[in-house]
Amino acid sequence: MRAQSTPRVLGAALVVAVVVVVLSIKLNSFRDYQIAEIAIEVTAVAGLTVLTGLSGQVSLGNGAFMAIGAYTTGLLLLHLGWPFIAVLVVAAAVTAVTGAVVGAAAARLHGPYLAGATLLLGVALPSVANAYPGVFGGDQGLNVVFTTPGFLGVNFPLTRWQAWVCSAVALVTLVLLANLSRSRVGRNWRAVRDDEVAAALAGVNVARARILAFVVSASCAGMAGALLAIVTELVAPGAFTITLSIALLTAAVIGGLGTLPGAVWGSLLVVLVPTYATDVATSHGLSTSVASNIPIVAYGAVLILVMLVFPQGIQGGVRWLLGFSGVSPARPRRTASAPGATPPAGQPPALLDSSPLPREGNPPQPHEKEDTQ
Amino acid sequence: MVEFLQFTLSGISFGMIYAAIALSLVLIWRGTRLLNFAQGGMAMFTTYIAIEVIYRTGSYWTGFAAALAAGVVLGAVAELAVIRPTLGKPELNAVIITIGLLVLLEGLAGILYGGQYRSFPAAFSVTGLRAGSTPLGVSRFDVFVALAVLAATLLLAIGFRYTSAGLRMRAAAFNATAARLSGIRVARVITLGWVLAGLLGALAGVLVSPSTFLYPDSMDSIFVLGFTAAVIGGLDSPVGAVVGGLLLGVVLSYAGGYLGSQGSDLTALVALVILVVVLMVRPAGIFSGARVRRV
Amino acid sequence: MRRSHRLRAPAIAVAVVAALTVAACSSGGGSSAGGSGAGAGSSSAALTASAPGITATTITIGSHQPLTGPAAPGYSEIAPASAAYFAYVNAHGGVYGRKIVYKYLDDGYNPTTTASVVRQLVLQDNVYAIFNGLGTPTHLAVESFLNAQKVPDVFVASGCDCWDQPTADPETFGWQLDYIREGKILGQYVAQHFAGKKIAYFYQDDEFGMDGVKGLDDEIPKSMVVSRQSYVPTNTNVAPQVTAMRASGAQVVVSFSIPAFTALLKLTSLKLGFNPALVVSNVGSDPITLSGLLESFAKQGGATVNGNALINGMITDGYTPPLGDTSNSWITLFKKIHDQYDAKAPFDGNVLYGMSTAYTFVQAMLKAGKNPTRADLVAAINAGLPQGPVVAPYAYSATDHDGVTGAYIGVITNGILTQQGSVLTTDATASGPITTYSGTESQAPASGVPSP
Repeated sequence: MRAQSTPRVLGAALVVAVVVVVLSIKLNSFRDYQIAEIAIEVTAVAGLTVLTGLSGQVSLGNGAFMAIGAYTTGLLLLHLGWPFIAVLVVAAAVTAVTGAVVGAAAARLHGPYLAGATLLLGVALPSVANAYPGVFGGDQGLNVVFTTPGFLGVNFPLTRWQAWVCSAVALVTLVLLANLSRSRVGRNWRAVRDDEVAAALAGVNVARARILAFVVSASCAGMAGALLAIVTELVAPGAFTITLSIALLTAAVIGGLGTLPGAVWGSLLVVLVPTYATDVATSHGLSTSVASNIPIVAYGAVLILVMLVFPQGIQGGVRWLLGFSGVSPARPRRTASAPGATPPAGQPPALLDSSPLPREGNPPQPHEKEDTQ
Repeated sequence: MVEFLQFTLSGISFGMIYAAIALSLVLIWRGTRLLNFAQGGMAMFTTYIAIEVIYRTGSYWTGFAAALAAGVVLGAVAELAVIRPTLGKPELNAVIITIGLLVLLEGLAGILYGGQYRSFPAAFSVTGLRAGSTPLGVSRFDVFVALAVLAATLLLAIGFRYTSAGLRMRAAAFNATAARLSGIRVARVITLGWVLAGLLGALAGVLVSPSTFLYPDSMDSIFVLGFTAAVIGGLDSPVGAVVGGLLLGVVLSYAGGYLGSQGSDLTALVALVILVVVLMVRPAGIFSGARVRRV
Repeated sequence: MRRSHRLRAPAIAVAVVAALTVAACSSGGGSSAGGSGAGAGSSSAALTASAPGITATTITIGSHQPLTGPAAPGYSEIAPASAAYFAYVNAHGGVYGRKIVYKYLDDGYNPTTTASVVRQLVLQDNVYAIFNGLGTPTHLAVESFLNAQKVPDVFVASGCDCWDQPTADPETFGWQLDYIREGKILGQYVAQHFAGKKIAYFYQDDEFGMDGVKGLDDEIPKSMVVSRQSYVPTNTNVAPQVTAMRASGAQVVVSFSIPAFTALLKLTSLKLGFNPALVVSNVGSDPITLSGLLESFAKQGGATVNGNALINGMITDGYTPPLGDTSNSWITLFKKIHDQYDAKAPFDGNVLYGMSTAYTFVQAMLKAGKNPTRADLVAAINAGLPQGPVVAPYAYSATDHDGVTGAYIGVITNGILTQQGSVLTTDATASGPITTYSGTESQAPASGVPSP
């Protein structure tokens, strides 16, 4: 168990906040915009990495929660004109409730069945916006107006303010999730993830723990959606494709599943690799159809390579590097055991403890079903 | 009444495509306990190979055979190069790798073949069949699609049950250690599973591309529905894959037909409702077997 | 394990700081950006860096286009065609001696990506203007940003009539015939030539289709319309819609669809034994694209059927000269440029569109003056532009930011679009009349470059 003290976490957050403010002033407007994009991604990915890494529930549909948060924001700003902080809280609350509903429905599902249900949720929910264009603005979406507050003066760049707001929300989210992870709630999640039967015998309310994880993850995604609405100044269904949900999961796993620094690494990768690859491709004067697909090929290749080279994700790689310098490695972990569980094919059999994976990096194995062919 | 028949037949025809994708996902699941997100992408890529062969040779069936052959090769290559290193690691890693493979294939297809729509020929006429003067809503080609997928399913089922290779696959999926101790080369069996899945995916690709046109992202929505069908039927059951596909195809067809334009808009939502209803009753799909008891 | 836990909180901090540093240092790339600088036109001889994106030798403009993703087929040809026309102009003296650098970025038809790439173009690459941004939901994501930054936002590639808001969005201008006008023109034709018949609408479920239907309803009496069916581009199964239209007894189908769905409509109708007359929006009726989509099906059963037979008799409209009219000076010019600079792409409606918009941009830049500021470009368009490769006048004025105001009706015969009757112009209001345009057809300049 990792026991981080709250002062340490808060201190770290403060340091980061100062760095963000300094960077946002020194860098140009477009970089500020990218800081905002990264912060939005971190907020959503952090929630997902907690859901999938700590409580063991795979979700391919967190983009749907982002959409709910974004549309809540858009509608509230359009019709009621509330200040953003109030809107943010409402968006988080609304998505939390949705998360509870989804979590309850999903409580009995595991592994690929949960993945399938959440995938379809991610695909289906944005299409509702198209089906009721009167309320949701249809394909064109809702316009969002977001301006810098008066006290900053007329000349304060909007992108810098957006970067500050998004970074603040991301940092607060990280701090809260760090606390949650260390608390009894976090311990319950890990227990349920590793062995549901044992956890239930130990007195953990399995269903409630799983639903709570969905609630937390959904509200993080909802807040990220609210931020997306004010940064892009539009809420339209075209922004919430299934690619978004998949990118969130990808970022979580690549960064290091279940780890909060991993959420940061993964978000960086997902936001910056395509832009970088586009710049490289266009500067080489290739034909359009080739140049526009190079970032896509690069992204796919990066995903494959990172997973092959760093199976525990980037954070695992960072830890390994630090382990090199004297920090003791995490103790080996049992793979989840159930009747019929098998050591993975292709590895020497017999040693059940053969995978030396840190606890947080290992999502659960789906329970084996007896073959009735 | 005529409409009902037309919606049903049209739903069966689309449902067979979902079934083909679902079958390939089931094959890989049974063999490696993995979800292959690249299944649609692989099917798209083999279909591109088919159309290039068709252009060059002028023969549809040569292209068809080329697609199947390419599916076999692609399945084997994917498994050996990219999936094999992930066995023993967290499963989510392999899923991310298949996502990476999907993205890679779509980008490659865009580079090699361009992003424009390609018209893919149908094996048989697409003009509607009629019963007397009433159009049935299906064509000869649709009938071919249904028969081809059914034949593939039957062959698979027979293969699993009656050949030694099938027995080996079932044994390895059930308990790899015991299988290995009995002398089964589990690694080979896994490759075989991916090869068969590649073959099935290639078949699905050439069967569906006449109706959707071929472009790098063309198999994405088919994949989502095929995945849904597999989940509905139960990931361990090939029969479930076909039943799930048919169920999904037919219900979506009725939704589009009877709910009007809103029904088409909300296709994904209707699919979600079906999925939720099935999973509420049977959390591991319709054809899931006896399960580990859970407290 | 005990020792590693101490790194947790600082680890997050390090991660975030490192992340931001990486973000700051990662390559920003971008093509040659113009210099900054104020100062309106100086002496007539010297070329100065009179605005962001303009240097003594170059003009840099940007765009967002769906180069990949589900909207890419077809539309991804437009920007390379525009670039081809700019290359031709650059090789023939440029704009007052400056070369046009056209930087278009992929947004995958995703508004979030559009917001990002347009900010990159404006805030980092300092482009002079955004040209031909494609898509309605995508461009709406950046319209207010561009206007707030006072960046000219010219000739948006979308027929939404929301680009015509000179008071709220003075920097934004449309170009193509908007969908309401088009609906009215097609609607009048249907009401006149199919009087007494049953009409069905088949339309895309977004503002393209819905605006089109609005225009149709302005002209076609409601009593004639027996079925209204919409589709979404993500669902290629249109059998339910076609079944419904057939069951309603429709004899004419008016379709506001993209080419893929026009083709699907035709194929599904074949399957269901439905054979109505087809009236299709310009967006979805390019004969070359449609033939390409349907060619595999025309070769059925060994009969020597022409792929074009499936689209024979299709009625549509056009606001650029018909591609098959080889005697038209614009077609000759653009074909020549296409063969030289963009030969890989088929010479189809998308290529014609890209070149026509590029031509219009060059016209506007020439009018803006030798050392233009951004405001000069906007003023030049507000003063009106001469008719270029379009068949009807532009509406551009200080109070109207709509582009082309009319079109002709055409029929597709043997794979070629032929004009029927004269050009009709109208406005975007429900009661605005449709009038015949009696102006003369404009001719392409001999040099291929507009005169200043």
